[in-house]
Amino acid sequence: MSTFSLSEDISLGDPARFRARKLPTYGQMSNGKETGKGNISNFKALVEIAYAPMNRRHFIKNTALGTLTAAVGTEIVFGKMIPNGYSLLALQDPDPFTLFRKDREMVILNDKPWNIEAKAHLLDDKITPNKFMFIRNNGLIPEEVDVASWTLTIDGEAVRKPKIYTLSELKSKFKTYTYQLTLECGGNGRSEFDPPAKGNQWTVGAVSCAEWTGVRLRDVLEDAGFTEKAVYIGYHAADVHLSRDPKKETISRGAPMAKALQDETLLAFKMNGEDIPLAHGYPLRLVAGGWPASVSGKWIQRISIRDRVHDGSKMTGDSYRMPCNPVAPGEKVKDEDMCIIESMPVKSLITYPQSGAMIKEGRKLNIRGHAWAGELEVSKMEYSIDFGSTWQNCSLQKPVNRLAWQHFSADISFPKKGYYEVWGRATDSNGKSQPMLLPGWNPKGYLNNACHRIAIKVT
Amino acid sequence: MEGKEKFKAQVRSIYRLLTTLMVLFVITAFGVIYLLSDPTLSLFKGKQAPSEYVEVTAEDDFDKIENGIHLRTGLKEGEGLMAVVNNCTNCHSALLVMQNRMNEERWIATIRWMQETQNLWDLGKNEEIIVKYLVTNYPPKNKGRREILTDIQWYELED
Repeated sequence: MSTFSLSEDISLGDPARFRARKLPTYGQMSNGKETGKGNISNFKALVEIAYAPMNRRHFIKNTALGTLTAAVGTEIVFGKMIPNGYSLLALQDPDPFTLFRKDREMVILNDKPWNIEAKAHLLDDKITPNKFMFIRNNGLIPEEVDVASWTLTIDGEAVRKPKIYTLSELKSKFKTYTYQLTLECGGNGRSEFDPPAKGNQWTVGAVSCAEWTGVRLRDVLEDAGFTEKAVYIGYHAADVHLSRDPKKETISRGAPMAKALQDETLLAFKMNGEDIPLAHGYPLRLVAGGWPASVSGKWIQRISIRDRVHDGSKMTGDSYRMPCNPVAPGEKVKDEDMCIIESMPVKSLITYPQSGAMIKEGRKLNIRGHAWAGELEVSKMEYSIDFGSTWQNCSLQKPVNRLAWQHFSADISFPKKGYYEVWGRATDSNGKSQPMLLPGWNPKGYLNNACHRIAIKVT
Repeated sequence: MEGKEKFKAQVRSIYRLLTTLMVLFVITAFGVIYLLSDPTLSLFKGKQAPSEYVEVTAEDDFDKIENGIHLRTGLKEGEGLMAVVNNCTNCHSALLVMQNRMNEERWIATIRWMQETQNLWDLGKNEEIIVKYLVTNYPPKNKGRREILTDIQWYELED
């Protein structure tokens, strides 16, 4: 069967189907203004196109019921009675918000590959639920996930003996741990760079802190055994390259052994107490909190213990790398002058109230949000209502565990009527604070940790 | 000699068979092509009174442009649009094209990167057309070191 078998119900070969529908003018979506009220039928048309090459019928036919359950997000009662080749209605729905169970206020940046971000006020929960979690894909979501036959291979130059684990072996052989872990896309905030940086133009919402459950990568690596030559781990995953070239790996990144061996670095199979949603890496995801989220590879099938810095796809060139020394905006940087991003910088988000709040004069404004600092802890959180002339302390909670974001709040009094901006500024345990202006320009627009701000009017 | 004659006869019969098949194939192909281009067989129905309605073919609709926007992709109408649609929206969405604003030099660098790592083909003469379309329709905006907050949606915050 061709990869276009989906055309039985959604045919690309029949242009007539486009006749009745007005397709969206996508400019509205990427600027993050109109999306919440987006026209659903437009989105359906959009998704039909985006999904047409996905072999969904095939996917249904060949997957165990467990996969369906994960994709649909609930138990499929009478699941065993589903006829062979039948597409569940839940999966036929081409609306991305339904498909990925995302809130309708989430912003679609890209539909092929899927890239969806939150807005600041959607991230108010202490633990980010799936519906507000950003999706960042470099390629196409795997079309076939067979949990029963899914295996994890540990190999590489520095492994003692290559070893293969089934999912159930991983779960039964090793102790499971649960941590809240902050995952932020390296390119979060890219849209603010000038000159513009290449890639999805994330604003503020490519960050989450969910509760991840799995086994420690360290336990698995030690079970397989590795030699003193071990330098780095590199993951290999099941996602499909955009060009559909099976020889190409979409993304294959990793981390130095020191990060791989941390307590909190997990091979996770649950997110917020449930199977990881398909778009977030079902059935097995590497989770390395505090580092660019691309280190936390999804749909993991193999981990190589390398005797050198891993050189997989998106480990080289401008990808997830910064100029080793600062450069002027727009400057060309030689390949050998680029350094791999490790820990993410200190950052914070004001998640309440939503920007644009109007309050009566004399009323106090309660603000709250989260702050995080990559590998470090946030030691201080402040706010300013006078564009940084003066700063006041927020109350700041300790992290639930290492690498979890921390919650802050403050009550603000305004001196008189008028327009204000509330700026938030976090400081990490090394004394580094968020800049009010954009930090150093870099070719791909990574690591924008400039202060977040919201607009307030006192009337 | 007899064997040679027999062989010649066999070759002739195969030749005849192939020729017949070829002729049949050409006739069928012609018929199918005709049916595709004129499914109602209107040529055999004599002249019809000119209709007030203009028939919109599916092909036209597929690349329909409304209010300066190519509906299927969302790209702006302009010189080189179809070159962009045909070369730049096969692997990724046009959304990725539209949200990126680069100058000529950086677009070319991006094309090279896609050719080196993402299986993008040689664009030939289209490269210049594509880059010109992109820098004309999606030019970089100056944002400075920090932009002012825009598009604030004001609302009354209740207690």
